[in-house]
Amino acid sequence: MRQIAFYGKGGIGKSTTSQNTLAQLSTKFGQDVMIVGCDPKADSTRLILNTKVQDTVLHLAAAKGTVEDLELEDVLRTGYGDIKCVESGGPEPGVGCAGRGIITSINFLEEQGAYEGRDFVSYDVLGDVVCGGFAMPIRENKAQEIYIVCSGEMMAMYAANNIARGVLKYANTGGVRLGGLICNSRNTDREDELIMELARRLNTQMIHFVPRDNIVQHAELRKMTVAQYAPDHPQAKEYEILAEKILHNDKLTIPTPIEMEELEELLLDFGIIEDDETKIKKLEEAEASKK
Amino acid sequence: MSTTKETQEKMIEELLQAYPEKTRKFREKHFEVNDEENISGSKCSIKSNIKTRPGVMTVRGCTYAGSKGVVWGPIKDMVHISHGPVGCGQYSWGTRRNYSNGELGINSFVAMQVTSDFQEKNIVFGGDKKLEQLCREIKEMFPLAKGISIQSECPIGLIGDDIEAVAKKMSKELEMPIVPVRCEGFRGVSQSLGHHIANDAIRDHVMGKGELEETGPYDVAIIGDYNIGGDAWASRILLEEMGLRVIAQWSGDGTINELSITHKAKLNLIHCYRSMNYICKTMEQKYGIPWMEYNFFGPTKTIESLRKIASFFDETIQANAEKVIAKYQKEMDEVIAKFRPRLGGKKVMLLVGGLRPRHTIGAYEDLGMEIVATGYEFAHKDDYQRTYSEVKEGTVIYDDPSAYDLEYIAQAMNVDLVGSGVKEKYVFHKMGIPFRQMHSWDYSGPYHGFDGFKIFARDMDIAINNPTWNLMKDPF
Repeated sequence: MRQIAFYGKGGIGKSTTSQNTLAQLSTKFGQDVMIVGCDPKADSTRLILNTKVQDTVLHLAAAKGTVEDLELEDVLRTGYGDIKCVESGGPEPGVGCAGRGIITSINFLEEQGAYEGRDFVSYDVLGDVVCGGFAMPIRENKAQEIYIVCSGEMMAMYAANNIARGVLKYANTGGVRLGGLICNSRNTDREDELIMELARRLNTQMIHFVPRDNIVQHAELRKMTVAQYAPDHPQAKEYEILAEKILHNDKLTIPTPIEMEELEELLLDFGIIEDDETKIKKLEEAEASKK
Repeated sequence: MSTTKETQEKMIEELLQAYPEKTRKFREKHFEVNDEENISGSKCSIKSNIKTRPGVMTVRGCTYAGSKGVVWGPIKDMVHISHGPVGCGQYSWGTRRNYSNGELGINSFVAMQVTSDFQEKNIVFGGDKKLEQLCREIKEMFPLAKGISIQSECPIGLIGDDIEAVAKKMSKELEMPIVPVRCEGFRGVSQSLGHHIANDAIRDHVMGKGELEETGPYDVAIIGDYNIGGDAWASRILLEEMGLRVIAQWSGDGTINELSITHKAKLNLIHCYRSMNYICKTMEQKYGIPWMEYNFFGPTKTIESLRKIASFFDETIQANAEKVIAKYQKEMDEVIAKFRPRLGGKKVMLLVGGLRPRHTIGAYEDLGMEIVATGYEFAHKDDYQRTYSEVKEGTVIYDDPSAYDLEYIAQAMNVDLVGSGVKEKYVFHKMGIPFRQMHSWDYSGPYHGFDGFKIFARDMDIAINNPTWNLMKDPF
């Protein structure tokens, strides 16, 4: 069994990319896949189940008293491509401790033997590794491969570098490795080159460049993956390629996160941000033209 | 021949040899041998109120203990919620022996343990709703409760529950004061921060809120007396006998109303400086109420204090004070005459909390006993500055000592009595050294005032002169 996890900046398309890819992994490559949603919003399995899950581990546990009162069948759902889905759930924004919730539900799933017989268990985690709870999936004996979803935007790359830091911390204690960066294109300039360069500096690879296509949004509006909504669309093929690359990925590395200065230089080189002098010059020109 | 100071310094040096170098460097700053410079007030080099070294078996408590256990817990007509998992409230239940008058469950709730009993789901989803429900249940079950305090345990701070908002909402709904106290155990280096946080919570939510219809020229408040074994009662009668009116007891056998009218006092009398100096200073700044430290342990200090308190008031009170002193003098002389021959010359070592390492010295000295070593769990610099003048040159003073330190010093100095807490007690018993619990008075008390001294003298005698000690044989 391989345990993998998708991380990345909030809103970058982690859940969309992971579900589309895992759908391919299951249907085209015959893998037995399970998705563990680790976002309190519980929307990590929506495209597979074609509906938003109501019965999350934590909400049911709270209703019944404790997590010990819960059975696996209460929370395990099967969706498109025979993919097993569980949502951890968690508190509404601003209260309680979502991190503790993730720890609780992952422990529950392991104790219940939810992973037995699976080829792939995939964790879908919140944007940032803000506390110990959100790092739970990359601790010892949990996910061994991390895929960072990013794009050519500054904050997405900044988050990717931060996540690499988290992976590095646990790489020595638990053996987790970075599997690669997935570039979920935002159509910025020289995006593929930039992410490949970032990947090189982080001692990893850009495992795949997923082009931007509206078909993904169309499928999503219907609570479906592209695999289910438009299986013959070229975009489905892209996810299939990514799935295949993950299936045969042998480049699992200990990342080498870079300093903030280096990241900024990189962004300067690629013209994503401007240095102060250029900024001032532009400002002066703009003001001069006004006069 | 070396001086006492040199001998003791050498002993401390030898003691510290047991520690690894790094720890030794930290620990050596927590010892001081009293000398003339200390006594004159020109030196205080002991380090205090800093983090305990990892691996040192400290006897310190936590911030929650300082707030719930010490300051808030004794306020009898309020229900104090130990907010969080059940352990903190359960294991601190009834351990401080702060006595109170009243009917349990009717108008006194001191002997109760009320907790929100956090479960995993409360951590994950937050416990604000549970806290609301708990407040409503308290109001329903105890309609005569005058208020509620919410004492935060660690997880409340970790998950960021908004207990302030709950307190505000429920206070309005239930029409009574509900006080949120952010005394999470992990804050601070000892229980000392808990005292401060608790004082601040009283300042923000209780102080000055009440009205005293008739004020008098002799209105005083007892501050920092927790009525351990009835201490505050034994103190109060002396103040009343000399014509003062005690309008509030902080907080032993105290009520929320007493706390809320204290700003009408003419003088605040503070016994435990460490745990309540904050509120005294606040009331001084805000209402111009002067405060005075006093010491009711042992006749010498009690008489000294009675005169000092009386000197603040007019001649009537001063004359009354002399009458009170004269009334008890004979009785005290008899106690001393009885016990001094049995206890004179005995060497005592202390490790207690806020005020007793210095305040009880006079009581021991009245019985002819000598304090050879003393120290605090959680004192600050100003406590040590108040200590030097109370002890002789050559007295060993330590801060936050470890179990090892205490055992070593007790043996090296060949002490006859150790006064400390329950965690230390049985170690010394096994070493064959008499011991008295000086936090809880070993299920005895009161020790304050003239009444207390009789019991204090008897207790020290039964500890030291217990024939059991003669039956102990050296197994080696």
